Amino acid sequence: MSKEVNLEEQFQARIDAGERIEPKDWMPEKYRKTHIRQISQHAHSEIVGMLPEGNWITRAPSLRRKVGLLAKVQDEAGHGLYLYSAAETLGISRDELEVQLLTGKAKYSSIFNYPTLSWADIGAIGWLVDGAAIINQVMLTRTSYGPYARAMVRICKEESFHQRQGYEIMLGLAKGTPEQKEMAQDALNRFWWPSLMMFGPRDHESPNTAQSVRWKIKRKTNDELRQQFIDITAPQADYLGLTIPDPDLKWNEERGHYDFGEINWDEFWQVVKGNGPCNRERIEARTKAREDGAWVREAALQYAAKKATRNQSKAV
Amino acid sequence: MKEQLYSYLLMLGDNSMILAHRLSELCGHGPSLETDIALTNISLDLFGQVRNFFQYAAELKGGDCTEDNIAYLRTEREYYNCILVEQANTDFAHVIARQFFFDQFQYLQLKQLEKSSDETIAAIAAKSIKETRYHLRFSSEWMRRLGAGTEESHIKTQAAVDRLYPFVDELFTASAIEKALSDAGIAMDPGTVKAEYEQETKTVLEEASLILPDAAPRFAQGKQGMHTEQLGYILSEFQYMQRAYPNMEW
Repeated sequence: MSKEVNLEEQFQARIDAGERIEPKDWMPEKYRKTHIRQISQHAHSEIVGMLPEGNWITRAPSLRRKVGLLAKVQDEAGHGLYLYSAAETLGISRDELEVQLLTGKAKYSSIFNYPTLSWADIGAIGWLVDGAAIINQVMLTRTSYGPYARAMVRICKEESFHQRQGYEIMLGLAKGTPEQKEMAQDALNRFWWPSLMMFGPRDHESPNTAQSVRWKIKRKTNDELRQQFIDITAPQADYLGLTIPDPDLKWNEERGHYDFGEINWDEFWQVVKGNGPCNRERIEARTKAREDGAWVREAALQYAAKKATRNQSKAV
Repeated sequence: MKEQLYSYLLMLGDNSMILAHRLSELCGHGPSLETDIALTNISLDLFGQVRNFFQYAAELKGGDCTEDNIAYLRTEREYYNCILVEQANTDFAHVIARQFFFDQFQYLQLKQLEKSSDETIAAIAAKSIKETRYHLRFSSEWMRRLGAGTEESHIKTQAAVDRLYPFVDELFTASAIEKALSDAGIAMDPGTVKAEYEQETKTVLEEASLILPDAAPRFAQGKQGMHTEQLGYILSEFQYMQRAYPNMEW
């Protein structure tokens, strides 16, 4: 027992000193589990996040936009890959993680349970959803677990490109015809509140926050990050000439921040619990890809095994 | 001649575009993350080739013609892709077999077009062939994996080969435009690479324990703008935004 306590103290001391924790280092079981949960949740979000945007690839309005969107969705698959690899350093396989996703044991960002109903949603997702994700992820480049922090550095670079691309789509629409502007406003109306929900529950309802801050998994609380996002995004909406659908949104000189209205937490919890507009469809799509692809993965394994045997017998 | 060159560029671009579209339908639904990324990559390369061909075609056409007018605003009978590339993503075996049959052709075609007397076509071919060489390596490897992997994968892949190979013949039937432009040293007469194509294809299929079907070629006139019923659905999706919101910038 005392040895364990000692190890935990030493571990905390390393974190306090700003050291990175690496896969082979001793770590408390809870630290390991929390990381598996968080990294895999993040990986799943990348993979499920491919679906709502993928929904517009075949209908993108120009070749340039189509190529931009395809490349973006492909980047997300790449992010999913690095993140699964980072999670694997904690002693769990990609396959196990995938099963957790499909059985509902693991979560992914609820934002992807909202449908993409128009081309402008692709702009809004880039601008708002990637924008919100970046705020989280920039913080995570300094997280205490080495492989996660390093994956984040690479991911952040691509995400900020995606965010600019999304904003540029919105800008084109907002400065376009009345129909295009209306499409952009409608997308903002539908994605604004779900984007704010991406930062998670209010701090006093977020039980993991304190421990996560202590372990430097998180360096800022949900409410701090949400405020930061609103402060950055509100002026961007002004520049677009679009209206954020919150009558209470107002600059507060005294606080040096925007005040904003109450989030619909009932909706938040409903979507988290699986009752959002697209929860079932997203999991069905991933399940179908896994099941349809089973024979392909099996064939690749068998072929590799046969080839290895052949090479071996050649060597003998 | 200019009119013929324009139509030829459309045919080259349409082949890449319709195949790229089929691959883009799969993005996010692949059998593994690695294959998902690879197929999307091929789709991206092909769309890149499309843009090069159509930008050149738009330049020839002059006026306010753009790559997007060409890509999006034609009727079904004005697309000149071969029937092979519009075939559905029935399963991964069909996706790979379709890709392999096309890549092998495209590789030989681009190798010829690198020597085209039209400098722009030669330059596009020189750039594209590097990508196509990789696509061909990818699809050939997967043909071997699937053909010689498990019994199930073998059966599925042989079924895809049986289904798709009869469309290959169309690739080698020169259209009037291909004939005229190959005489002028601009285009390739596809008949000239048929033997090489068959040899290369046979080698890979043998390694994959697959056999070429004995079936007669399917009647296919995609190059003349006569398609299967599938193309209309591809285009209604592909053109949706341009048709619903005409004359806008995106």
